[in-house]
Amino acid sequence: MDRATVESLRGGNSRAVARAISAVERGGVEAREVIAALFRYTGRAHVIGVTGAPGTGKSTLVNEIAKLYRRRGHRLGIVAVDPTSPFTGGAILGDRLRMQDLAGDDGVFIRSMATRGNLGGLASATSDTIKVLDAAGFAIVLVETVGAGQSEVDIAKNAHTTLVVDAPGLGDDIQAIKAGILEIADILIVNKADHDDANSTVAALEMNLNLKPKAENDWRPPVLKTIAIQGEGIADAVEWIGKHRAYLESNHLLESRERARLRAELELVAQRELMTRLVRGVNGSKIEALVEKMAAREMDVYQAVEKLIGDTHS
Amino acid sequence: MADRPIRVLIAKPGLDGHDRGAKVVARALRDAGMEVIYTGIRQTPEMIAEAALQEDVDVVGLSILSGAHLDLFPRIVDQLKQKGMQDVLLVCGGIIPDEDIAALKKMGFAGAFGPGTSTQDLAKFIREQVAARRAGVTT
Repeated sequence: MDRATVESLRGGNSRAVARAISAVERGGVEAREVIAALFRYTGRAHVIGVTGAPGTGKSTLVNEIAKLYRRRGHRLGIVAVDPTSPFTGGAILGDRLRMQDLAGDDGVFIRSMATRGNLGGLASATSDTIKVLDAAGFAIVLVETVGAGQSEVDIAKNAHTTLVVDAPGLGDDIQAIKAGILEIADILIVNKADHDDANSTVAALEMNLNLKPKAENDWRPPVLKTIAIQGEGIADAVEWIGKHRAYLESNHLLESRERARLRAELELVAQRELMTRLVRGVNGSKIEALVEKMAAREMDVYQAVEKLIGDTHS
Repeated sequence: MADRPIRVLIAKPGLDGHDRGAKVVARALRDAGMEVIYTGIRQTPEMIAEAALQEDVDVVGLSILSGAHLDLFPRIVDQLKQKGMQDVLLVCGGIIPDEDIAALKKMGFAGAFGPGTSTQDLAKFIREQVAARRAGVTT
């Protein structure tokens, strides 16, 4: 990435930002060059994650939150992730449909991403895409995950503040005490709060939070009601995002979380890289031979892996 | 440059609200292995061009049934050019009279696909055109 492109990107030029994101999505050398050029300019944006089950209203909520930040003069980047078909590799990226209010506003940059086989609720290039938007000077980056089930929790490692969106009627109170997605919430949102049962959903979430042992200075996630489609409850949600940010700052948690995030990223990329090098170093017939031995029950998976890794490194 | 899935923006400019055809095409292109950004109905030329730019798409597909294509399409093409997206593959579909197709081609549309088009043919057309453009860029 040349100097002029970096400067143009940092000035918020949409074409430069869009192309840099395509490069990090493609991965490989190109992605590394982009990140090498931009990394020093990152670390300024407040990254807000929005996750929750399909159909709870994440995109509509993101649209409303973004509108409110725009009214306050902030420039925003939005990354919206939707799933890739495991069968064809194709994807329908439909989140922009709910974000039409933001179209034509050059203070907002929206990018849709397909997961391209990555698990965990994000695409593997999402964290690099956040870096690109951060370097481009967007003060706030909103990241909407795929419609998440119970274990798509990677967003919490990438965001400073995580909103988990629930809606009435999706499950009883036993769902609320299960491990997983509810645990990563800094703010819990019960959207579609005009529906019946909204209060019992709120009560179930509150009860779950009350059961959690509380240490001093712990953040206790608020449970907020919104009707995103009508813009109701949005100001409250944005106020709580601000409170959470202030909480992180006053307890020096931004620094420690940043380090935890960097450590997790280091481990993840090291794993990917090791895997790539391992696979590159082994020819296919060798893997086939090991599979045959496993099929014949001459070797179990652990022995086969020993053989695979041992041989590559010797 | 490593290959990436073909990215397609499907949009409906203008005021007609009939988006069934656009959705069928979006779904078919998904099944053909493409990443389809669906922006829905009532899009202005500015909205379409801005979305194409931010999403860095290879293809813009426009669906129109209102008859306003000769009015709206040139404005979309202009907007795309202004944003430096002159290389994007343009295709359209919907209700477009045969006598207008020459004008659309002159405007830069690579193909017009009316009712009855096989979605496989459409996917094949897009794949070939994008492959040619990508090859052109790298040489």
